Order: sequence, then structure tokens, then C-alpha cells
Amino acid sequence: MVNSLSQSCLKKVIKMQSKSNGVVHWKLQRISAIAMIPLVIWFVSSLVFSLTNTYDQSVSWLQSPLNATGLVLLFGTLYFHAASGLQVVIEDYVHNEGLKIMSLILIRLLSVLLGVLSILCVLKIYL
Amino acid sequence: MAEFALPKHSKIVKGIDYPIKSDAENTKKINVYRWSPDDDENPRIDSYTIDLDQCGPMVLDALIKIKQEIDSSLTFRRSCREGICGSCSMNIDGTNTLACLKSIDDVKGDINIYPLPHMEVIKDLVPDLSKAYEQLTSVKPWLQSKSEPEKGKSRKQSPTEREKIDGLWECVLCFSCSTSCPSYWWNGDKYLGPAVLLQAYRWIADSRDENTDQRLEELEDSFKLYRCHTIMNCTKTCPKGLNPAKAIGEIKKLQLERK
Repeated sequence: MVNSLSQSCLKKVIKMQSKSNGVVHWKLQRISAIAMIPLVIWFVSSLVFSLTNTYDQSVSWLQSPLNATGLVLLFGTLYFHAASGLQVVIEDYVHNEGLKIMSLILIRLLSVLLGVLSILCVLKIYL
Repeated sequence: MAEFALPKHSKIVKGIDYPIKSDAENTKKINVYRWSPDDDENPRIDSYTIDLDQCGPMVLDALIKIKQEIDSSLTFRRSCREGICGSCSMNIDGTNTLACLKSIDDVKGDINIYPLPHMEVIKDLVPDLSKAYEQLTSVKPWLQSKSEPEKGKSRKQSPTEREKIDGLWECVLCFSCSTSCPSYWWNGDKYLGPAVLLQAYRWIADSRDENTDQRLEELEDSFKLYRCHTIMNCTKTCPKGLNPAKAIGEIKKLQLERK
């Protein structure tokens, strides 16, 4: 009896393998974090330096290919990183399976929506 | 959601106060978590005041004194009383540790003693560790090798290779680290926890083991391994001074190299 109980318990532990590519998620989260360090420093310092700019000056700043590239990269990394970070938080704390899957889907959709929207805004000014 | 509040039946109430009967001067009050499966009562905190001049130096000595002289119903695990068996792990003064290695003098004021956090309690200070043991079994903590050692000889290991398992083999499996880890509290059913991951790395790092890749493959899982968010409670609490967080970091490094 004891043996069969512990057997089924071990089975449960082994069965929990999800093969969900933990290392890929872990790696991408760290790469996006590192990529954001220079991007955020560049973006914030550009904002500080252009505080007194007029509307036209800001538009022409955005029309430089270098600045537009930087912004597109920043938005892409930012939303990707935010989504993967929130995914970990939800997996940690939300234990209702249905609610968990729903919120994971919602977070991904929202991050894609916001990411595409932000990048299109940059392109609209740039083009 | 993760449960942040205790269920109603787990609310701790004030228990019995056992004041000291003699006129001893060097005394200490010890508050101990008590719960029995045999009645329908909530857990309670009993307070025992003991004479330190008539007691050994460690918290385990105090617990044994209480059990022998004041309240024989007090239940706790203990065996070697010298930090080798890992039986007497409990939460003392807010930190998971081994009662036999924790000096009474190190605790200022009253000593508060609870069972290891976030585990089912069997009785008083005895937690149910069966799930943790099954998790340990799942990482196959024994030498796996396809090649045979030279007939009649043991498997050879150079001093440098042997050094790689220093800081790993010393683990006594008291589970102080796993039960101090918030990730293990919230996802203890899927996350293996620092104690088991340190054991897994102990065999990954062992030059004589030939199943390294299979071991890493089995750990490559977003829950089993990657629920570790480097909170470092494990390393802070380990009564043997080991560093499970570093062992987990080494496994993550090897996973990166594998892919």
C-alpha cells in the first residue's frame, strides 16, 4: 500500500515535465533585458536633450533614420520583454488553469497590439 | 491564485504558558508551534520558560529538555544532534535552520519555533516531506554510468574533478532551503526547489556520472528549473553554509551551452 502510494506520487512529479523550452524563454528574456539598457539610456537622454524642442523639431528628430530605427527597436524589445516578464508573474501566482491560460493569451495579444501600434506610429511620422 | 492568507482552521491561537517553577535567574522563554491531527483544535503557541544553567547550548537541547521535563507530548524530529542527519530542521527565530546547530545565545529575547514553512504539518514541528523526497527521487540522485569500472577497482577521479562536487555533497537534505523559497511555496508541486536542484547538480558535476545530458534534458522545463528567480533565500538560510542558488545558476549555464 505504502509502495503503491509513493509510486503514484513519483509518477506525478515525473509527469510534470512540460517540455516547454524553459531555456529559450529564459535566454530571450535576458537578451531583451540587455538590449534595453543602451536603448533606454539613448531614448531617455534624447528626451531630456529635446525638452525645449518645438513640434517641428521633434518631428524632424523622428524623421532621422537612426532615431526611427532606435525607437522601433526599443518598442519591439520593450513589449516583448514586458510580455515575457508578465508571463512569468502569471505562471507564478495564478493557479487557476483557465484563468492562467486566458491571462497569458490576453497579455500576448495586448503586447502585439501595443507593439504594432507603437511601431506604426513611428513609421507614420518617418515615412 | 497563490494563497496568501491562512485558511480559518489554520489560524494560530495562544496556547498554554508553562512558567518556570524554580527561582532560576538565567532563564529563556521558548514559544513553540503546536498542532495535533488527533483533535479538532486550531494550532496554538505554547510557551515554556526554561533554566539555561540546566540546559545544553543549542536550541535542540532546549527542545529535548522541554520534552523530558515539562511536556512529553511535544513532537519533533531529531537524531544525530550534530548537523549531519538533517532531521531537526525547523523555523527558529524566523529562519529555517537545524535546531542542533542553532545556539540559544544567538537568539535575542524569546525563541520562536515553528515547523518548516508552507509544508503540510503532521504534528507540532514535524512537516510532511514525502513530496520533497519524491522530487528528489525524480532526479535519480545516484551514479549512472554505462561504462564499467576496471574490474575490482573503484572509478577514478582526479583531485580537480573531485573539487567540483565540494559544496554539493555536504547537503544533508534538511529542506531548510526549499521551504524558505517563495517560488517553492507557490509552485512546490512543479518546481523542484533548491535542495533537489542542488542534488541534481551534484550528479551533473560529478565526473564519474555519464548521464549528464539526460539529466540536463529532464531539467529543461520552465517549471522544474526556471521557477528559480534567484531570490537567494536558499543560500541565506542553509544551515550548512552551502549555496544552492549558485548550483541552480550552474545548471542554467549548462542549459545555455547545450542548446
